[in-house]
Amino acid sequence: MTPQDQWLYTISSKHKLIDLNFKEIWRYRDLLILFVKRDIVTVYKQTILGPLWYIIQPLFTSVIFTLIFNNLGQISTDGVPPFLFNLAGITAWNYFRECLTGTSSTFTTNQSIFGKVYFPRVIMPMSITISNLLKFGIQMGIFIGFYSYYAFQGQTLGFNNHIFLLPVYIVMMALLGLGLGMIISSMTTKYRDLTVLVSFGVQLLMYVSAVPYPVSEAKAKFPSAVAVFVEYNPLTQIIEGFRYMLLNTGTFSWSGFGYTFVISIVLFLVGLIIFNKTEKSFIDTV
Amino acid sequence: MSIILKAENISKQYRLGSVGTGTISHDLNRWWAGIRGKEDPYLKVGSVNDRSIKADSNYVWALQDINFEVQRGEVLGIIGKNGAGKSTLLKILSRVTTPTTGEIKTKGRIASLLEVGTGFHPEMTGRENVYLNGAILGMTKKEITSKLDEIIAFSGCERYIDTPVKRYSSGMTVRLAFAVAAHLEPDILVIDEVLAVGDAEFQKKAIGKMQDISKGEGRTVLFVSHNMAAVKSLCTRAIVLEHGAIVFEGKVDDAVDFYISEANAIGHKEVYFNKSHRRGITDHRLSMIKIIAKNEKTTIRGALKFDIYFEVYQNIQKAVCLTGSICALDDTAIGSFFTQNMILKEGKHIVELELPNHNLSVGVYYLNLSISKGSVENSNLERMDHAYQAIAFEILQMEDDGDYISNWNGSWGNLFFQSHINLTTIEYNV
Repeated sequence: MTPQDQWLYTISSKHKLIDLNFKEIWRYRDLLILFVKRDIVTVYKQTILGPLWYIIQPLFTSVIFTLIFNNLGQISTDGVPPFLFNLAGITAWNYFRECLTGTSSTFTTNQSIFGKVYFPRVIMPMSITISNLLKFGIQMGIFIGFYSYYAFQGQTLGFNNHIFLLPVYIVMMALLGLGLGMIISSMTTKYRDLTVLVSFGVQLLMYVSAVPYPVSEAKAKFPSAVAVFVEYNPLTQIIEGFRYMLLNTGTFSWSGFGYTFVISIVLFLVGLIIFNKTEKSFIDTV
Repeated sequence: MSIILKAENISKQYRLGSVGTGTISHDLNRWWAGIRGKEDPYLKVGSVNDRSIKADSNYVWALQDINFEVQRGEVLGIIGKNGAGKSTLLKILSRVTTPTTGEIKTKGRIASLLEVGTGFHPEMTGRENVYLNGAILGMTKKEITSKLDEIIAFSGCERYIDTPVKRYSSGMTVRLAFAVAAHLEPDILVIDEVLAVGDAEFQKKAIGKMQDISKGEGRTVLFVSHNMAAVKSLCTRAIVLEHGAIVFEGKVDDAVDFYISEANAIGHKEVYFNKSHRRGITDHRLSMIKIIAKNEKTTIRGALKFDIYFEVYQNIQKAVCLTGSICALDDTAIGSFFTQNMILKEGKHIVELELPNHNLSVGVYYLNLSISKGSVENSNLERMDHAYQAIAFEILQMEDDGDYISNWNGSWGNLFFQSHINLTTIEYNV
């Protein structure tokens, strides 16, 4: 073995396209767990209601949505109780939104840590995705609670037999949020315009992703160009699919599932490449 | 001895000015050059890193062609003036940023302490923060658990360990943070002036711990500091950086001597003031031009004499005076002076300044000089022009004087007090 072979690692400006060092990430797994713990624990420190806040937000949003879109706006939910319909959409949307907004500010909010010490940067967005998964779990619990309540009241509710795809949908949401978030976070290190865009863009995106209404309603009432966008938007596919699994409402197609899956993977990989490229020297431009 | 770390032709380029307008066009140019397989067009431009000279290009080389090797178990000091490139080098070593060209090869894991308490969360308890901070610095949970008692004992915060860190005093936070850092066990430790924290007792403890780490445990350490005493006591070898290049490499004592004499321009009889001397000056009615030391080397009992040249561009109604402070090399102020008032008319002037009975002990000092308006009595002095580290001068030992002052010991401080005693014999009859 020549002396050059013994180097543990090299610091230089050159790097591979995807430079994911799994061994290193594994070495820092305790840090990942601690970051997740920090995200969960610190949110409700010095609050009275504590983790209850995770539940209050989707419940109130669902109530408001039901009042506005279903009572006032007369949007049909295909026989499903409107409140449950909205709660399902919001629970799923929240997970995507939290992943996106959380990771999209990775570099700017952590620049003081990133500027002082090295650890695999990808730990940060990973921890955000995982801690949001826990919040998502809590909100799913609430959904199941209301689901049982409505079922007990005599509503005809049923899971779809594609329910086994539910975990895949959750993974797709995480990948989409993470991928988009990593792209945005990388670009905000130089151009801050995107932070402004994200904060209201996500809000608008929700309305064209069929969260407060079923796709069938969009097809019937929207102008055709908008309806096409809503229908083929991968986020719509996820939200609609999510409701299809749990409430047996709306439509499902394997082709829709397929392309959403591909888009999620591609966006995630693109995000990872850009993130990798940025993490090396973002501290000079942030 | 084997080489554990090797830096080869490290250079780092920074863009001056704000990142914003023009960034996209430069990015696109770079990208286009990359597509055609050409070299980055902006790597050719860029000037030497000297903040006092106005740059002719928007790019600057913070580091240029840095080469050095570190042996296993060695404690290497990195010294240099502000802006010499020390921090940039540390950032590259700790993988916070990448070099523009060149590479660093290492045979061990590097842990860096560019700051104590990185990632401390104010809402979490001391104990939780020990885990989080330790993990950020590269420790595993198991390692931290096994050292937890030791860390808490070293910090001296046992009583508050389960209290949120936001309730801590700043000193306690720093103690706890340093305690975590001190118990790191990487192959190579990179430290940036973290010693300058805490109270005197804790500093002593910290330096002692650093010595244990470097000498006792045989760890490889790269240490950056302005504190020459700490560098001398901890390091075996040192490199001196100036304007982004290594200007000296060798034994620590030689390096410190080189730094003090060369980098600080001691023995310069005449210094012209430029941008690097001026910090936050608002008044444009006058400016100091140069300072001449009439005796740049003097003794404890000598007088300090300077001629200061300055130009007044328009008559100034208010009385102004010359104020200044004398500082040690690490920027601690030793003392200040305020001259009597002057009325300045338009034109060029010379003012002769004399500080008799300065009482300074052996060593090298800086003079920071200002022309100020207002009065000392009402403590509303306002600087009109200011020269930071205007000139350095050295106080020498007296050769013809056989008394104790001629062998001044550094631990006696920076001032020599005149003293008188009066001995009377009395009888105790209480």
